[in-house]
Amino acid sequence: MSAYDHVTAARANDRPTSIDYITRMFGDSFFELHGDRRFADDKAVIGGIAELEGMPVTVIGLEKGRDLKERMQRNFGSAHPEGYRKALRLMKQAEKFHRPVICFVDTSGAYCGIGAEERGQGQAIAENLMEMMTLRTPVLSILIGEGGSGGALALAVADEVWMLENAIYSVISPEGCASILWKDPGKTAEASECLKLTAQDLFKLGVIERIIREPKDIESKLVDSLKKLIADTLRKKSAIDPDKLIDMRYNRFRKF
Amino acid sequence: MNNLTKNLFNFLQPKNELENQGEFAENHPYIPEELWIKCPVCKNVILSSDLMDNHKVCPKCNYHFRIAARQRIEMTIDEGTFIEADADMNSTNKIDFPDYDKKLKSAKLSSGENESVITGVGEILGEKTVIAVMNSQFMMGSMGTVTGEKITRAFEYATANRLPIVIFTVSGGARMQEGILSLMQMAKTSGAAKRHSDAGLLYITVLTDPTTGGVTASFAMEGDIILSEPHALIAFAGPRVIEQTIRQKLPKDFQSAEFLLDKGFIDAVVQREDMKAALAKLIRLHSTAVNEEVETDECV
Repeated sequence: MSAYDHVTAARANDRPTSIDYITRMFGDSFFELHGDRRFADDKAVIGGIAELEGMPVTVIGLEKGRDLKERMQRNFGSAHPEGYRKALRLMKQAEKFHRPVICFVDTSGAYCGIGAEERGQGQAIAENLMEMMTLRTPVLSILIGEGGSGGALALAVADEVWMLENAIYSVISPEGCASILWKDPGKTAEASECLKLTAQDLFKLGVIERIIREPKDIESKLVDSLKKLIADTLRKKSAIDPDKLIDMRYNRFRKF
Repeated sequence: MNNLTKNLFNFLQPKNELENQGEFAENHPYIPEELWIKCPVCKNVILSSDLMDNHKVCPKCNYHFRIAARQRIEMTIDEGTFIEADADMNSTNKIDFPDYDKKLKSAKLSSGENESVITGVGEILGEKTVIAVMNSQFMMGSMGTVTGEKITRAFEYATANRLPIVIFTVSGGARMQEGILSLMQMAKTSGAAKRHSDAGLLYITVLTDPTTGGVTASFAMEGDIILSEPHALIAFAGPRVIEQTIRQKLPKDFQSAEFLLDKGFIDAVVQREDMKAALAKLIRLHSTAVNEEVETDECV
């Protein structure tokens, strides 16, 4: 598979989204919590509390929506500042109640619009990066589709970052890169290669800890093994002293 | 890049490879050394020496010309007190991005600097501080690994030595040519800023034109106090990207420093000529001397 094939796969409309993973893994135990307590409830971010093998967890996902109507409601998974603020509120709550945090990342990027700028898109992302770095509870981020730049990183300052085989993670979209580099947004395939955005490339660069085998659909048994892997990992991380945990997290990012 | 002791913030004399070609660097900056200069905003023609005397601010319309990082340090840091750190750190093409080596070379030539940020320690009206100044002349101040590393080391040095830090930002954002490693600098610098903050130390950001993208979405917006020069463009997504996304023209002063002040995202817009005094005043108000006096008073 070429890098561009991964880009296409990561963006495919029939790809399971955060809600699919949450429903499949946590079922009825998931209780959704809304709003950032400041401005609004951003539907591009879904969050709540759930039970994972008997362990309460906070789950947050960037959600693209599964049909056109839902995609429009959820702004195609591009969050406004209030989405990042909702995520941070839920993470702080998780810290208070000693719950591990699981983030599902799937976004082409933070929204670029007037309201987003007026309400401090940059500030909202910056605050998440800063606060997540010292969150005194384990954080695990899984890139399940697109990891678009700062808008993805704002949910990926974690103790471990995993990626599905066909997910991508990049500082700029291949289209954006191609138009800057060659003034030709059509050269997306070449740009995809240059950016080193596939799970394999990112694993080699040390940006992610694990590549997760891609489930064919959400009913796949692979989702069960992923769930088990998440539970085992979070149990191990929960046993680490919080001071040490945040030191390890700092050093995880310090090495780049 | 690893380990984070204060020793890593090695103080080295600048060893810029272009150091002895100083004439080139001096002659290059945005303001040509001609006798008359036309202000790009009000179009008035200004006598070059008048502009220099006025901190490179248009005397007619208050347009703040972009200035190089070295000039900024001269304007801000007391003469003879600046000691540069990590001056010899150079970026490499870690992900074999096409033409990045060439781009770096030309950025070094045109800016006379090794990277898009200069860091060090110095005094501002006698107040000792760590300082980092970004440089728009080096790949539009984009954040590569070395940029992030120098800023992170500056934070770590400030934390270890209990010093305030002042950062002047100017940046087009993350450096595409370093791919994901550039994105990781946002997390790295934010982590270092957080540790400095948790140690109870002061961080002042000064946003200058333009501050955008990954820099806005990381350390630029993380200061305890955020100042800006007048009319600076401050954005996450730049105006062109937004116009392409929403397919409509943006209002004229959208994303200006004054706009952000009005929206509550920065503390104050400060004129260039007043910046040094403002920084010194703010640092003094956070210095231990002042705090100790307060404590003593309370004891009495």
